[in-house]
Amino acid sequence: MPSMADLFDGYELGAAWDEMIARDGTARAPYRLLHESIQRSGAQELRAGVDALARAYLDQGVTFDVGGEERPFPLDIVPRVIDDESWQLIERGVRQRVATLEAFLADVYGNCRVVADGVVPRTVITTSKHFHRAAHGIEPPNGVRVHVSGIDLIRGEDGGFRVLEDNVRVPSGVSYVLANRAAMRQQWAEVLGRVRLRPVSHYPQRLLAALRAAAPAGVADPCVVVLTPGVYNSAYFEHAWLARAMGVELVEGRDLLCSGGVVRMRDTSGERRVDVIYRRVDDEYLDPVQFRADSTLGCPGLLIAARAGNVTVANAVGNGVADDKLIYTYLPDLVRYYLNEEPVLANVDTWRLEDPAALEEVLDRLPELVVKPVDGSGGQGLVMGPQADANELEALRNRLIADPRGWIAQPVVQLSTVPTLIGDTIAPRHVDLRPFAVNDGDDVWVLPGGLTRVALPQGSLVVNSSQGGGSKDTWVLAGERNPGSARAPERVTTVAHGPLPAIESAVDLEIRQQQQQQQQARSSLAGSVAPTASPRSSRDACLSLRLAPLGPRGGRRLFARALIALVVTPRRVITSAGRERSSRPWLRPVAWFQRTSSAASGRGADPRTAD
Amino acid sequence: MLSRIAESLYWIGRYVERAEDTSRIVDVHLGLLLEDPWAPEDVVCASLLSAMGHEPTETGRRGEVLDALVWDTSTPASVVGAIAAARENARRTREVISTELWESINVTWHESQRPGRRAYPHPFLSWVRERTAAFNGVADGTLSRDEAFHFLVLGRSIERADMIARLAAARALAGTAGPSWVTLLQSCGAYQAFLRSARGAIDERRSAEFLLLDPLFPRSLMSALVVAERCLDDLAVRHGLDDRMAPRQAHRVLGMIRSELEFAPPAELLEDVYQVMERVQSACSVASDSIAQRYFPHGVVTSWMVS
Repeated sequence: MPSMADLFDGYELGAAWDEMIARDGTARAPYRLLHESIQRSGAQELRAGVDALARAYLDQGVTFDVGGEERPFPLDIVPRVIDDESWQLIERGVRQRVATLEAFLADVYGNCRVVADGVVPRTVITTSKHFHRAAHGIEPPNGVRVHVSGIDLIRGEDGGFRVLEDNVRVPSGVSYVLANRAAMRQQWAEVLGRVRLRPVSHYPQRLLAALRAAAPAGVADPCVVVLTPGVYNSAYFEHAWLARAMGVELVEGRDLLCSGGVVRMRDTSGERRVDVIYRRVDDEYLDPVQFRADSTLGCPGLLIAARAGNVTVANAVGNGVADDKLIYTYLPDLVRYYLNEEPVLANVDTWRLEDPAALEEVLDRLPELVVKPVDGSGGQGLVMGPQADANELEALRNRLIADPRGWIAQPVVQLSTVPTLIGDTIAPRHVDLRPFAVNDGDDVWVLPGGLTRVALPQGSLVVNSSQGGGSKDTWVLAGERNPGSARAPERVTTVAHGPLPAIESAVDLEIRQQQQQQQQARSSLAGSVAPTASPRSSRDACLSLRLAPLGPRGGRRLFARALIALVVTPRRVITSAGRERSSRPWLRPVAWFQRTSSAASGRGADPRTAD
Repeated sequence: MLSRIAESLYWIGRYVERAEDTSRIVDVHLGLLLEDPWAPEDVVCASLLSAMGHEPTETGRRGEVLDALVWDTSTPASVVGAIAAARENARRTREVISTELWESINVTWHESQRPGRRAYPHPFLSWVRERTAAFNGVADGTLSRDEAFHFLVLGRSIERADMIARLAAARALAGTAGPSWVTLLQSCGAYQAFLRSARGAIDERRSAEFLLLDPLFPRSLMSALVVAERCLDDLAVRHGLDDRMAPRQAHRVLGMIRSELEFAPPAELLEDVYQVMERVQSACSVASDSIAQRYFPHGVVTSWMVS
């Protein structure tokens, strides 16, 4: 059996921060159990595990398309581990970031205070390729534009997390987070029996809840659909997976039709109205009436329906202006401007090339910098200075001079490394992290962990899966499992078989663990948002009112009270009463009635519905 | 349910059944060549090809038949092509069918693409039947009896009825020069069931009656038609329509041909098997078209004018 020396002997630490091995060659605390287990396994066992994983992914169809060919999504067998403390920092930073982006988008497509106050120059916004005037004045029903976001983080040489870019258009990859976890569970069963991870499995339910909360006002049971470009899209697996996990329809543009400002889908029994569209189609293809007229992927008239308030498009149209890489450079200022807070997560230093001095400096130092187009995604168009030859640099130089607005430059950051199985040995490979955040209007929830992408070629710093990147399961530790404290299972006695063996099944454990953590999360949320009441919207309270096992009279009385309150109480009082939910529970539904009715009446009076 | 999804499910049902039936038919005929040294290869191959609606090949060799009916990836009429088509449809309906069902068909497809498979046709063909049985079992055990399931079973039954009718028609046309009824029963997987029901007395009339009319055997023509009708009923009820009061075309043609088989004197039916089977085939194709018209409308093309 190969000893530890075989696997980690040739493991060379570079300039980058290694997540597992500290400078002195020992394993860092969060990785201790994993490190031991890897040593025990040996290369061959790991290799066999990797092959089994690839096979399983192919059979399950967990694939992505490369030039029309389906390949199993590359998953490395060594997970990436994040300790509790770092995670809390990341979570806080991501929530702050999303809140800022929301505020910025509402402002850009509203009054543009940010320009008037001189924080961001108007030209930066209007020259952004993804700024769409067509989106101006479309008010999302619950104020959310960034229902789902992926904030890409990296860890620099000092071990600190920084934001590399924001994705608020159609960030993808979340399905792989859940698929990876499911696939890895078996492989590391032994380690997982001893540590406690934050679960990821309720992402689809959180997403569905957020989408339902975003439904147009007055729709009690909204019809949510996922809009996919079709089976040839490289992320089709994810679209189908999300639709299945949420239990909603997966539609293509041709399944939808829009008339009279209402979107419907073609059904076996005719047509059915659609209220919320979680679209995975880019803005440019979404509505041929507004954008590319030759698009067959979208639904003509969709934007008019959204403007009329009859359908919610998630994520909102025009979000791309917020993840423009030049806007990115303003994000720290925007955090201070909108939230009056200091940024929790710093940006990577970035040169704005429109500034002549910055451009000059960048042109001088081009061979040591990384240069990116502001509107690219998936690593497209990116040039790594140290790896480019003279011709490439010359071409780049000309492009930068011709279009300084189109590019940004950053120093080459040595992304942190994680041990990765390459052939039959373990070697350090660079990783980033994309945590996913879901905003339901009341709260921003961050999926524990997220997608860790790893650059498989040696020394490469480009992690995009379209450019030879793989992925890793990402574990967020929630403390070690303590076998002594686990509740003893209740003994069930049956006549025929005698007592069940007193061994707790893995499933029980998992369910309990999830519930615990949900509760944990809930209490921490409650702590941060409101000291007494849970952060759920008052709409839930209304639901519970309808469902509560009250007698017919009791129910009617409550309802009558609510109505009276609605009619006689002036708005200001209602809102403040709504905050005091815990002390006067019967007032809870009022805020909801008030909200929907004011939204409805507001819509009726809105002159925009005329067009 | 989306029309596009419903259509895909219907075709998954058809393609999986087609893969299974074709593999069984080819397997039986190839076995015949091996077992019976006097069976003329070209005649057996030609009758097989004509029954499956192919043009006869030049030489009428075994390899060509295999190419056309099993390995040809360009047409969903071959076994491998049907599996690929079923899988492609399943890929578009992944969020509707169960994960197990998707994996079952996906694994089958991946495996059927392996080039090594071609060297051993017989194990491949019996493996295909195993996989389709697994597919049907998983469908049975994991899908709710909702529209999705009914469309799947509807496709399967119509394909099955069509396939039996084709074989019986080919046999009737070829007469004694064609495959024996034993071969035919074997091709439909009905031989052993027939032996048990007829207690070993094999004759032409009983064989034909069993294959076409037996109400208990699930692979008889009658059973396939009855199941198809039941699916149409269930679907209609689901959409708030009662087909018994105002039957639509699909239901009508299937019902008519089913009653003919059910109530016409067997002797009369067997007199002219070919004509009756032709009518069954055309009923299947009319039914298929009218199902498509009713449940899978491809939409009026919306045209937009930019002014």
